[in-house]
Amino acid sequence: MEREKLIKEENLAYRKTPLLTDAVMHYCPGCTHGTIHKMIAEVIEDMGIQEKTIGISPVGCAVFAYNYIDIDWQQAAHGRAPALATAIKRLNPYKYVFTYQGDGDLASIGTSEVIHACNRGENIVIIFINNAIYGMTGGQMAPTTLLGQITSTTPYGRRSDLNGFPLKMTEIVAKLDGTCYVTRQSAHTPLAVRKCKKAIRKAFENSMLNKGTSFIEIVSTCNSGWKLSPVKANKWMEENMFPFYPLGDVKDR
Amino acid sequence: MSEKILMKGNEAIAYGAIRCGCDGYFGYPITPQSEIMETLMELQPWESTGMVVLQAESETASINMLYGGAATGKKVMTSSSSPGISLMCEGLSYLAGAELPCLVVNVMRGGPGLGTIQPSQADYFQCVKGGGHGDYRMIVLAPASVQEMYDFVDKAFSLAFKYRIPAMILADGVIGQMMEKVELRAPKPRRSEEQIERECGSWATTGKKPDRERNVITSLALDAPVQEQFNIKLINKHKAIEENEVLYSTYMTDDAEYLIIAYGSMSRIAEAVIDMARSEGYKLGLLRPITLFPFPKKAIDAFTDRVKSILTIELNAGQMVEDVRLVVNGRIPVNFYGRYGGMVPSPDEILTEFKKSIK
Repeated sequence: MEREKLIKEENLAYRKTPLLTDAVMHYCPGCTHGTIHKMIAEVIEDMGIQEKTIGISPVGCAVFAYNYIDIDWQQAAHGRAPALATAIKRLNPYKYVFTYQGDGDLASIGTSEVIHACNRGENIVIIFINNAIYGMTGGQMAPTTLLGQITSTTPYGRRSDLNGFPLKMTEIVAKLDGTCYVTRQSAHTPLAVRKCKKAIRKAFENSMLNKGTSFIEIVSTCNSGWKLSPVKANKWMEENMFPFYPLGDVKDR
Repeated sequence: MSEKILMKGNEAIAYGAIRCGCDGYFGYPITPQSEIMETLMELQPWESTGMVVLQAESETASINMLYGGAATGKKVMTSSSSPGISLMCEGLSYLAGAELPCLVVNVMRGGPGLGTIQPSQADYFQCVKGGGHGDYRMIVLAPASVQEMYDFVDKAFSLAFKYRIPAMILADGVIGQMMEKVELRAPKPRRSEEQIERECGSWATTGKKPDRERNVITSLALDAPVQEQFNIKLINKHKAIEENEVLYSTYMTDDAEYLIIAYGSMSRIAEAVIDMARSEGYKLGLLRPITLFPFPKKAIDAFTDRVKSILTIELNAGQMVEDVRLVVNGRIPVNFYGRYGGMVPSPDEILTEFKKSIK
């Protein structure tokens, strides 16, 4: 059959959401930032809320998220995205507001802002990418770096006596009365992507129900920082990250 | 007849905010300005105008809430005092870098460090020259009365939106704490969503519409040539402000042979000094900068040709005097007298210093 005849609506099995721009992503091969961006873009398209959504990008690898999803964006100072989101949502209660933050941004410099936004129960969505390392600055230790994990600032492996313990942000925010939905997901297999997208959709829906803050941790890899191939990085994540950062809903009310 | 109420300077800021159509206040308690948020919480403007008032977890969070709110085209403000303003300087740099309009009120206290809670003007350098990192300025208004605390809220918002730049009301503890009669102006309603879309839709993150590109608020350039072009844009903006927005007032300067330059509460004390000096035959006048940025350079330059010497008085170790000396450029003597750490001089004390300075 001719190609033109095949391209029909009823034969359409997949198309790129128009909310994902055609800009070439700067992410390393194997990184799941692109996959997660796509999930968010698809959720926004599915819900028909492009005109009502404001995203906040962090400092870190995802700082340029505003180049890839076709919505209005604000770029926050390091760690402060939940403060921005608080004001945007309170001043514009009919808008959907989400932050997109890495582990350095959210779990290190921005702990104060994220804890207090969650504790006030701001009706926002917080998407937390945890790959246990500082990607953009070249692979330094993150608060979520596992014990024994080698980074450029823990060249002999993270030691609890020298560097403290890995921080479980998801469990911390789940304890706060202001959060309504706290879940930990991944994006490394088709099944994981389907589950993760469902969680993102639920979080966006929550933000109009006046229930409180929705918090989604997405356990991710950093092939460049971990110095592993994409396939080996996924395996390392499954074997080392998932036991310490178990996937699934921690809170849903 | 217009409504007049006796109130503190800090309370006047709160009334001015609600009555000029402010959309949101985000702040953190610190003496000597806590009455601003306390008054707002008592007046509950969310029930009347719909204004949001939120006690944030820190000054850092407050200023970043301003960034978020301002980036949606809303009129947002915060207030603090010196140590809190230091914490906000990172955010102020980002607001300036993202060209966002907002209002920050600084009711200065003595420093450095935790310092004192008494009045001071020791943050002149910090606020007038920028405060945070990078090359930027804010519009800085220095009120000298409780009425001006009220009026400058509206004025600061107008200027901030006209130039898309952070504006600051730089007051000191005297102005924040003292009570005077305030004439309340006719209230302005908050702008509607449609109005905000019309006025700020070209840049604000109000949600991407099908008929426009997405709006992105960022201060990140990454490429040096792009950043330099942005710096040039800011420089031109600052020049336009210096050209068009200078405000100052004078007192008894028509025949003045000597000039005092002072702002804020020190200008009030200076008026008393001038009355005393004139009763002793000294032809002394006052120039009071109302805007500290833009600084009244032309006015000071004109006085330099007319007076014999200038005495700059400040509640600090000599900060604005540097800007005065830059304008005067050595043509006539520029003397300085200051008190520090929360101490406020008496008119007698300043008169003595004036007499010493012209010997």
